[in-house]
Amino acid sequence: MTKRIVHYINQFYAGIGGEDKADHRPERRDGFAGPGMALGAALKDAAEIVGTVICGDSYFNEHPDEVTPQVLEMIRGYAPDLVIVGPAFNAGRYGMACGMVAKAVSEQLELPVVGGMYIENPGLDLYKRYGYFVETANSATGMRQAIPAMAALARTLLAGEQPAGGYIERGLRKNYFAEKRGSRRAVDMLLKKLAGESFATEYAMPVFDRVEPQPAIKDVRRARLALVSSGGPVPKGNPDHIESSSASKYGKYSLKDIDDLNAQNSETAHGGYDPVYANQDLDRVLPVDVIKELLRDGEFGSLHEYWYSTVGNGTSVANAKKYAAAIAEQLLADHVDGVILTST
Amino acid sequence: MVKEIEAHGLPVVHMCTVVPISLTVGANRIVPTVAIPYPLGDPSLSLDEEKALRRKLVRRALAALQTEISEQTVFNA
Repeated sequence: MTKRIVHYINQFYAGIGGEDKADHRPERRDGFAGPGMALGAALKDAAEIVGTVICGDSYFNEHPDEVTPQVLEMIRGYAPDLVIVGPAFNAGRYGMACGMVAKAVSEQLELPVVGGMYIENPGLDLYKRYGYFVETANSATGMRQAIPAMAALARTLLAGEQPAGGYIERGLRKNYFAEKRGSRRAVDMLLKKLAGESFATEYAMPVFDRVEPQPAIKDVRRARLALVSSGGPVPKGNPDHIESSSASKYGKYSLKDIDDLNAQNSETAHGGYDPVYANQDLDRVLPVDVIKELLRDGEFGSLHEYWYSTVGNGTSVANAKKYAAAIAEQLLADHVDGVILTST
Repeated sequence: MVKEIEAHGLPVVHMCTVVPISLTVGANRIVPTVAIPYPLGDPSLSLDEEKALRRKLVRRALAALQTEISEQTVFNA
Protein backbone atom coordinates (compact mmCIF):
# COMPACT_ATOMS: atom_id res chain seq x y z
CA MET A 1 0.00 0.00 0.00
CA THR A 2 1.32 3.46 -0.83
CA LYS A 3 2.19 5.46 2.25
CA ARG A 4 0.65 8.86 2.81
CA ILE A 5 2.64 12.06 3.26
CA VAL A 6 1.51 15.57 4.16
CA HIS A 7 3.79 18.43 3.15
CA TYR A 8 4.02 21.75 5.02
CA ILE A 9 5.20 24.80 3.01
CA ASN A 10 4.92 28.58 3.26
CA GLN A 11 2.96 31.07 1.16
CA PHE A 12 5.90 31.71 -1.14
CA TYR A 13 6.51 28.12 -2.19
CA ALA A 14 2.76 27.59 -2.53
CA GLY A 15 2.75 30.30 -5.19
CA ILE A 16 0.42 32.55 -3.19
CA GLY A 17 2.86 35.43 -3.04
CA GLY A 18 5.94 36.90 -1.44
CA GLU A 19 6.28 39.10 1.58
CA ASP A 20 3.05 40.96 0.82
CA LYS A 21 1.27 37.64 1.46
CA ALA A 22 3.28 36.60 4.52
CA ASP A 23 0.19 37.16 6.67
CA HIS A 24 -1.68 34.42 4.78
CA ARG A 25 -3.71 32.24 7.16
CA PRO A 26 -3.37 28.46 7.28
CA GLU A 27 -4.99 26.50 4.47
CA ARG A 28 -4.93 22.95 3.13
CA ARG A 29 -4.84 21.73 -0.42
CA ASP A 30 -5.31 18.16 -1.60
CA GLY A 31 -2.27 16.72 -3.34
CA PHE A 32 1.08 18.41 -3.82
CA ALA A 33 2.02 22.03 -4.38
CA GLY A 34 5.27 23.86 -5.15
CA PRO A 35 8.35 21.80 -4.24
CA GLY A 36 6.00 18.89 -3.48
CA MET A 37 6.01 18.08 -7.17
CA ALA A 38 9.73 17.30 -7.22
CA LEU A 39 9.48 15.60 -3.83
CA GLY A 40 6.71 13.36 -5.11
CA ALA A 41 8.83 12.36 -8.08
CA ALA A 42 11.81 11.63 -5.83
CA LEU A 43 9.68 9.51 -3.51
CA LYS A 44 8.83 7.29 -6.49
CA ASP A 45 6.36 4.57 -5.48
CA ALA A 46 7.23 4.66 -1.79
CA ALA A 47 4.69 7.31 -0.91
CA GLU A 48 2.28 9.89 -2.20
CA ILE A 49 1.86 13.49 -1.06
CA VAL A 50 -1.85 13.41 -0.27
CA GLY A 51 -2.12 16.94 1.07
CA THR A 52 -0.26 20.21 1.45
CA VAL A 53 -0.71 22.57 4.37
CA ILE A 54 0.28 26.19 3.84
CA CYS A 55 0.67 29.21 6.09
CA GLY A 56 2.22 32.65 5.69
CA ASP A 57 5.53 32.94 7.54
CA SER A 58 4.69 36.14 9.39
CA TYR A 59 1.24 34.92 10.35
CA PHE A 60 2.62 31.69 11.80
CA ASN A 61 5.36 33.42 13.79
CA GLU A 62 3.11 36.13 15.12
CA HIS A 63 0.33 33.72 16.16
CA PRO A 64 2.04 30.41 16.98
CA ASP A 65 -0.45 29.34 19.64
CA GLU A 66 -3.37 29.86 17.30
CA VAL A 67 -1.81 28.47 14.13
CA THR A 68 -0.05 25.36 15.45
CA PRO A 69 -3.23 23.50 16.49
CA GLN A 70 -4.99 24.55 13.26
CA VAL A 71 -2.15 23.26 11.12
CA LEU A 72 -2.00 20.09 13.17
CA GLU A 73 -5.71 19.42 12.61
CA MET A 74 -5.32 19.96 8.87
CA ILE A 75 -2.43 17.48 8.83
CA ARG A 76 -4.34 14.97 10.95
CA GLY A 77 -7.25 15.17 8.53
CA TYR A 78 -5.16 13.54 5.82
CA ALA A 79 -4.20 10.59 8.09
CA PRO A 80 -0.55 10.65 7.02
CA ASP A 81 2.22 8.17 7.81
CA LEU A 82 4.90 10.87 7.70
CA VAL A 83 5.12 14.65 7.43
CA ILE A 84 7.62 16.66 5.38
CA VAL A 85 8.34 20.33 6.18
CA GLY A 86 10.12 22.77 3.90
CA PRO A 87 12.94 22.85 2.93
CA ALA A 88 13.30 26.28 4.56
CA PHE A 89 16.96 26.96 3.64
CA ASN A 90 18.05 30.06 5.62
CA ALA A 91 14.62 31.68 5.86
CA GLY A 92 14.32 32.30 9.60
CA ARG A 93 10.56 32.60 9.97
CA TYR A 94 9.94 29.68 7.58
CA GLY A 95 12.42 27.60 9.56
CA MET A 96 10.66 28.47 12.81
CA ALA A 97 7.30 27.50 11.27
CA CYS A 98 8.69 24.19 9.97
CA GLY A 99 10.16 23.53 13.42
CA MET A 100 6.90 24.26 15.22
CA VAL A 101 5.06 21.92 12.84
CA ALA A 102 7.70 19.24 13.40
CA LYS A 103 7.38 19.53 17.17
CA ALA A 104 3.58 19.34 17.14
CA VAL A 105 3.52 16.41 14.70
CA SER A 106 6.15 14.38 16.53
CA GLU A 107 4.70 14.99 19.97
CA GLN A 108 0.98 14.91 19.30
CA LEU A 109 0.60 12.70 16.22
CA GLU A 110 3.72 10.67 17.02
CA LEU A 111 4.71 10.59 13.37
CA PRO A 112 8.19 10.94 11.86
CA VAL A 113 9.04 14.32 10.35
CA VAL A 114 11.53 15.07 7.58
CA GLY A 115 12.71 18.57 6.73
CA GLY A 116 15.58 20.62 5.40
CA MET A 117 17.33 23.77 6.64
CA TYR A 118 20.55 25.69 6.39
CA ILE A 119 22.78 25.08 9.39
CA GLU A 120 22.39 28.66 10.72
CA ASN A 121 18.60 28.74 10.48
CA PRO A 122 17.34 29.59 14.00
CA GLY A 123 14.51 27.09 13.57
CA LEU A 124 17.07 24.30 13.44
CA ASP A 125 18.65 25.10 16.76
CA LEU A 126 15.28 25.10 18.48
CA TYR A 127 13.54 22.20 16.77
CA LYS A 128 16.10 19.78 15.31
CA ARG A 129 15.23 17.10 17.84
CA TYR A 130 11.69 16.85 16.49
CA GLY A 131 12.57 15.73 13.00
CA TYR A 132 15.16 14.47 10.56
CA PHE A 133 16.50 17.62 8.94
CA VAL A 134 18.74 17.55 5.90
CA GLU A 135 21.43 20.23 5.85
CA THR A 136 20.69 22.46 2.86
CA ALA A 137 22.31 25.40 1.11
CA ASN A 138 21.36 28.83 2.43
CA SER A 139 19.03 29.64 -0.45
CA ALA A 140 16.59 27.94 -2.80
CA THR A 141 19.41 27.38 -5.27
CA GLY A 142 20.02 24.27 -3.14
CA MET A 143 16.59 22.83 -3.90
CA ARG A 144 17.90 20.24 -6.34
CA GLN A 145 20.24 18.78 -3.71
CA ALA A 146 17.75 19.05 -0.85
CA ILE A 147 14.84 17.24 -2.49
CA PRO A 148 16.49 13.85 -3.17
CA ALA A 149 18.14 13.88 0.28
CA MET A 150 14.82 14.55 1.99
CA ALA A 151 13.03 11.95 -0.13
CA ALA A 152 15.69 9.37 0.75
CA LEU A 153 15.18 9.97 4.49
CA ALA A 154 11.41 9.75 4.07
CA ARG A 155 11.65 6.46 2.19
CA THR A 156 13.89 4.94 4.86
CA LEU A 157 11.61 6.04 7.69
CA LEU A 158 8.48 4.84 5.87
CA ALA A 159 10.12 1.43 5.46
CA GLY A 160 10.30 1.33 9.25
CA GLU A 161 14.06 1.68 9.31
CA GLN A 162 16.33 4.08 11.14
CA PRO A 163 18.32 6.33 8.77
CA ALA A 164 22.04 5.69 9.15
CA GLY A 165 22.87 9.33 8.47
CA GLY A 166 22.14 12.08 6.03
CA TYR A 167 20.49 14.31 8.61
CA ILE A 168 21.59 16.90 11.16
CA GLU A 169 22.37 15.47 14.57
CA ARG A 170 19.21 15.71 16.63
CA GLY A 171 20.78 15.93 20.07
CA LEU A 172 19.09 12.74 21.27
CA ARG A 173 20.87 9.99 23.18
CA LYS A 174 20.18 6.29 22.83
CA ASN A 175 21.30 3.59 25.25
CA TYR A 176 23.17 0.55 23.94
CA PHE A 177 25.30 -2.27 25.33
CA ALA A 178 28.98 -1.75 24.56
CA GLU A 179 31.32 -4.69 24.29
CA LYS A 180 34.06 -3.10 26.39
CA ARG A 181 33.40 -1.48 29.71
CA GLY A 182 33.73 2.28 30.17
CA SER A 183 37.10 2.30 31.94
CA ARG A 184 38.62 0.25 29.15
CA ARG A 185 37.21 2.55 26.47
CA ALA A 186 38.42 5.65 28.32
CA VAL A 187 41.96 4.27 28.63
CA ASP A 188 41.94 3.27 24.96
CA MET A 189 40.98 6.82 24.08
CA LEU A 190 43.71 8.25 26.30
CA LEU A 191 46.34 5.96 24.76
CA LYS A 192 45.28 7.06 21.28
CA LYS A 193 45.52 10.66 22.33
CA LEU A 194 49.00 10.15 23.79
CA ALA A 195 50.09 8.41 20.61
CA GLY A 196 48.85 11.37 18.60
CA GLU A 197 46.18 9.24 16.89
CA SER A 198 42.67 10.42 16.19
CA PHE A 199 39.94 9.37 18.59
CA ALA A 200 36.24 10.08 18.86
CA THR A 201 34.59 11.19 22.06
CA GLU A 202 31.48 9.26 23.10
CA TYR A 203 29.88 12.36 24.53
CA ALA A 204 30.38 15.54 22.60
CA MET A 205 30.05 18.58 24.82
CA PRO A 206 27.46 21.06 23.62
CA VAL A 207 28.81 24.45 22.65
CA PHE A 208 27.29 27.07 24.92
CA ASP A 209 27.67 30.29 23.05
CA ARG A 210 26.26 32.65 25.62
CA VAL A 211 27.26 36.06 26.86
CA GLU A 212 26.78 36.95 30.51
CA PRO A 213 24.30 39.80 30.95
CA GLN A 214 26.08 43.08 31.47
CA PRO A 215 25.25 44.93 34.69
CA ALA A 216 22.25 47.22 34.45
CA ILE A 217 22.64 50.94 33.89
CA LYS A 218 22.41 52.53 37.33
CA ASP A 219 20.53 55.63 36.27
CA VAL A 220 19.30 55.69 32.71
CA ARG A 221 18.50 59.42 33.06
CA ARG A 222 22.22 60.04 33.02
CA ALA A 223 23.14 57.35 30.51
CA ARG A 224 24.33 57.72 26.94
CA LEU A 225 22.40 55.44 24.60
CA ALA A 226 22.77 54.35 20.99
CA LEU A 227 20.44 52.90 18.35
CA VAL A 228 21.37 49.86 16.28
CA SER A 229 19.11 47.82 13.99
CA SER A 230 19.23 44.66 11.92
CA GLY A 231 15.99 45.72 10.23
CA GLY A 232 17.82 47.68 7.56
CA PRO A 233 16.76 51.28 8.34
CA VAL A 234 18.72 53.59 6.02
CA PRO A 235 18.47 57.15 4.66
CA LYS A 236 16.28 57.50 1.58
CA GLY A 237 17.99 56.02 -1.45
CA ASN A 238 20.11 53.58 0.61
CA PRO A 239 23.35 55.52 -0.01
CA ASP A 240 25.67 52.66 0.96
CA HIS A 241 23.71 50.13 -1.10
CA ILE A 242 23.27 47.73 1.79
CA GLU A 243 22.00 44.52 0.23
CA SER A 244 18.43 43.37 0.94
CA SER A 245 19.78 39.92 1.81
CA SER A 246 23.15 38.57 2.95
CA ALA A 247 24.38 42.10 3.71
CA SER A 248 28.08 42.61 3.03
CA LYS A 249 28.30 45.73 5.24
CA TYR A 250 26.64 47.90 7.83
CA GLY A 251 25.86 51.62 7.58
CA LYS A 252 26.42 54.49 10.00
CA TYR A 253 24.11 57.51 9.73
CA SER A 254 23.81 60.76 11.63
CA LEU A 255 20.80 61.44 13.82
CA LYS A 256 21.83 65.02 14.44
CA ASP A 257 19.31 66.78 12.24
CA ILE A 258 16.61 64.14 12.25
CA ASP A 259 13.74 64.16 14.76
CA ASP A 260 11.44 61.89 12.83
CA LEU A 261 11.88 59.20 10.20
CA ASN A 262 9.38 59.39 7.36
CA ALA A 263 8.79 58.41 3.76
CA GLN A 264 10.77 61.43 2.56
CA ASN A 265 14.00 60.91 4.49
CA SER A 266 14.34 57.16 5.02
CA GLU A 267 13.49 53.63 3.95
CA THR A 268 14.36 50.04 4.76
CA ALA A 269 16.98 48.09 2.83
CA HIS A 270 15.71 44.81 4.26
CA GLY A 271 14.30 42.08 2.05
CA GLY A 272 12.41 39.12 3.37
CA TYR A 273 9.59 41.08 4.95
CA ASP A 274 6.96 43.34 3.43
CA PRO A 275 8.65 46.78 3.44
CA VAL A 276 5.47 48.80 2.86
CA TYR A 277 4.89 49.73 6.51
CA ALA A 278 8.54 50.49 7.21
CA ASN A 279 8.84 52.68 4.13
CA GLN A 280 5.71 54.65 5.07
CA ASP A 281 7.12 55.47 8.50
CA LEU A 282 10.52 54.08 9.44
CA ASP A 283 10.00 54.95 13.10
CA ARG A 284 8.15 51.62 13.06
CA VAL A 285 11.56 49.92 12.75
CA LEU A 286 13.89 52.46 14.38
CA PRO A 287 11.99 54.60 16.91
CA VAL A 288 13.81 57.88 16.24
CA ASP A 289 10.77 60.13 16.86
CA VAL A 290 10.17 58.69 20.30
CA ILE A 291 13.86 58.52 21.20
CA LYS A 292 14.28 62.23 20.46
CA GLU A 293 11.18 63.01 22.52
CA LEU A 294 12.34 60.93 25.45
CA LEU A 295 15.73 62.64 25.23
CA ARG A 296 14.08 66.07 25.36
CA ASP A 297 11.92 64.89 28.26
CA GLY A 298 15.05 63.89 30.15
CA GLU A 299 14.13 60.21 30.33
CA PHE A 300 17.71 59.34 29.39
CA GLY A 301 20.89 61.38 29.41
CA SER A 302 22.27 61.68 25.91
CA LEU A 303 22.20 60.03 22.52
CA HIS A 304 25.12 58.77 20.43
CA GLU A 305 25.07 60.82 17.25
CA TYR A 306 24.77 57.94 14.80
CA TRP A 307 22.54 55.01 14.18
CA TYR A 308 23.98 51.79 12.82
CA SER A 309 22.10 49.56 10.44
CA THR A 310 22.46 46.30 8.63
CA VAL A 311 20.12 43.73 7.16
CA GLY A 312 19.63 40.57 9.18
CA ASN A 313 18.02 38.67 6.30
CA GLY A 314 20.24 35.73 5.39
CA THR A 315 23.33 37.46 6.76
CA SER A 316 25.79 34.93 8.13
CA VAL A 317 26.50 34.80 11.83
CA ALA A 318 30.18 35.43 11.17
CA ASN A 319 29.46 38.66 9.28
CA ALA A 320 26.90 39.88 11.82
CA LYS A 321 29.49 39.33 14.53
CA LYS A 322 32.10 41.24 12.58
CA TYR A 323 29.82 44.25 12.00
CA ALA A 324 28.71 44.24 15.63
CA ALA A 325 32.30 44.22 16.86
CA ALA A 326 33.13 47.23 14.69
CA ILE A 327 29.99 49.03 15.88
CA ALA A 328 30.72 48.24 19.53
CA GLU A 329 34.23 49.72 19.25
CA GLN A 330 32.79 53.00 18.00
CA LEU A 331 30.15 53.05 20.74
CA LEU A 332 32.74 52.44 23.45
CA ALA A 333 34.96 55.18 22.03
CA ASP A 334 32.02 57.58 22.43
CA HIS A 335 31.36 56.45 26.03
CA VAL A 336 27.99 54.89 25.26
CA ASP A 337 26.42 53.12 28.28
CA GLY A 338 23.70 51.05 26.65
CA VAL A 339 22.23 50.01 23.32
CA ILE A 340 18.72 49.61 21.93
CA LEU A 341 18.84 47.11 19.08
CA THR A 342 15.73 46.57 16.98
CA SER A 343 15.05 43.63 14.69
CA THR A 344 12.31 42.89 12.23
CA MET B 1 24.86 41.27 16.87
CA VAL B 2 23.19 41.64 20.25
CA LYS B 3 25.55 39.14 21.78
CA GLU B 4 28.68 40.57 20.21
CA ILE B 5 27.91 44.12 21.35
CA GLU B 6 27.13 42.86 24.84
CA ALA B 7 30.38 40.88 24.83
CA HIS B 8 32.16 44.22 24.38
CA GLY B 9 30.79 45.32 27.73
CA LEU B 10 27.63 47.20 26.77
CA PRO B 11 24.17 46.17 27.97
CA VAL B 12 21.85 45.70 24.99
CA VAL B 13 18.08 45.57 24.97
CA HIS B 14 16.77 43.63 21.99
CA MET B 15 13.42 44.86 20.67
CA CYS B 16 12.01 42.18 18.39
CA THR B 17 8.85 40.31 17.52
CA VAL B 18 9.92 36.66 17.33
CA VAL B 19 11.07 36.22 20.92
CA PRO B 20 12.09 32.54 20.52
CA ILE B 21 14.67 33.57 17.91
CA SER B 22 16.01 36.25 20.22
CA LEU B 23 16.26 33.70 23.03
CA THR B 24 18.06 31.14 20.90
CA VAL B 25 20.41 33.79 19.53
CA GLY B 26 21.31 34.69 23.11
CA ALA B 27 19.94 38.17 23.80
CA ASN B 28 19.78 38.84 27.53
CA ARG B 29 17.28 41.72 27.78
CA ILE B 30 14.36 41.26 25.40
CA VAL B 31 11.36 43.53 24.83
CA PRO B 32 8.72 41.85 22.61
CA THR B 33 7.37 44.06 19.84
CA VAL B 34 4.28 44.25 17.66
CA ALA B 35 4.80 42.48 14.33
CA ILE B 36 7.63 41.48 12.00
CA PRO B 37 7.15 44.20 9.33
CA TYR B 38 6.42 46.90 11.95
CA PRO B 39 8.02 45.99 15.29
CA LEU B 40 7.53 49.46 16.76
CA GLY B 41 4.27 50.50 15.21
CA ASP B 42 0.83 49.39 14.16
CA PRO B 43 -0.61 50.75 10.91
CA SER B 44 -4.14 49.90 12.06
CA LEU B 45 -3.94 52.63 14.73
CA SER B 46 -4.08 56.37 14.29
CA LEU B 47 -0.68 58.06 14.10
CA ASP B 48 -1.06 59.42 17.64
CA GLU B 49 -2.04 56.05 19.06
CA GLU B 50 0.80 54.42 17.17
CA LYS B 51 3.33 56.85 18.59
CA ALA B 52 1.97 56.30 22.09
CA LEU B 53 2.41 52.56 21.62
CA ARG B 54 5.98 53.09 20.38
CA ARG B 55 6.75 55.36 23.32
CA LYS B 56 5.45 52.74 25.73
CA LEU B 57 7.70 50.06 24.18
CA VAL B 58 10.82 52.25 24.14
CA ARG B 59 10.24 53.28 27.76
CA ARG B 60 10.00 49.59 28.58
CA ALA B 61 13.38 49.15 26.86
CA LEU B 62 14.86 51.93 29.00
CA ALA B 63 13.51 50.22 32.10
CA ALA B 64 15.01 46.92 30.93
CA LEU B 65 18.45 48.53 30.61
CA GLN B 66 18.05 49.69 34.19
CA THR B 67 17.07 46.26 35.50
CA GLU B 68 19.68 43.92 36.99
CA ILE B 69 19.30 40.41 35.58
CA SER B 70 21.18 37.16 36.04
CA GLU B 71 19.74 35.29 33.04
CA GLN B 72 17.87 35.90 29.79
CA THR B 73 14.82 37.98 30.64
CA VAL B 74 11.76 38.90 28.57
CA PHE B 75 10.24 42.21 29.63
CA ASN B 76 6.55 41.79 28.87
CA ALA B 77 5.33 44.65 30.99
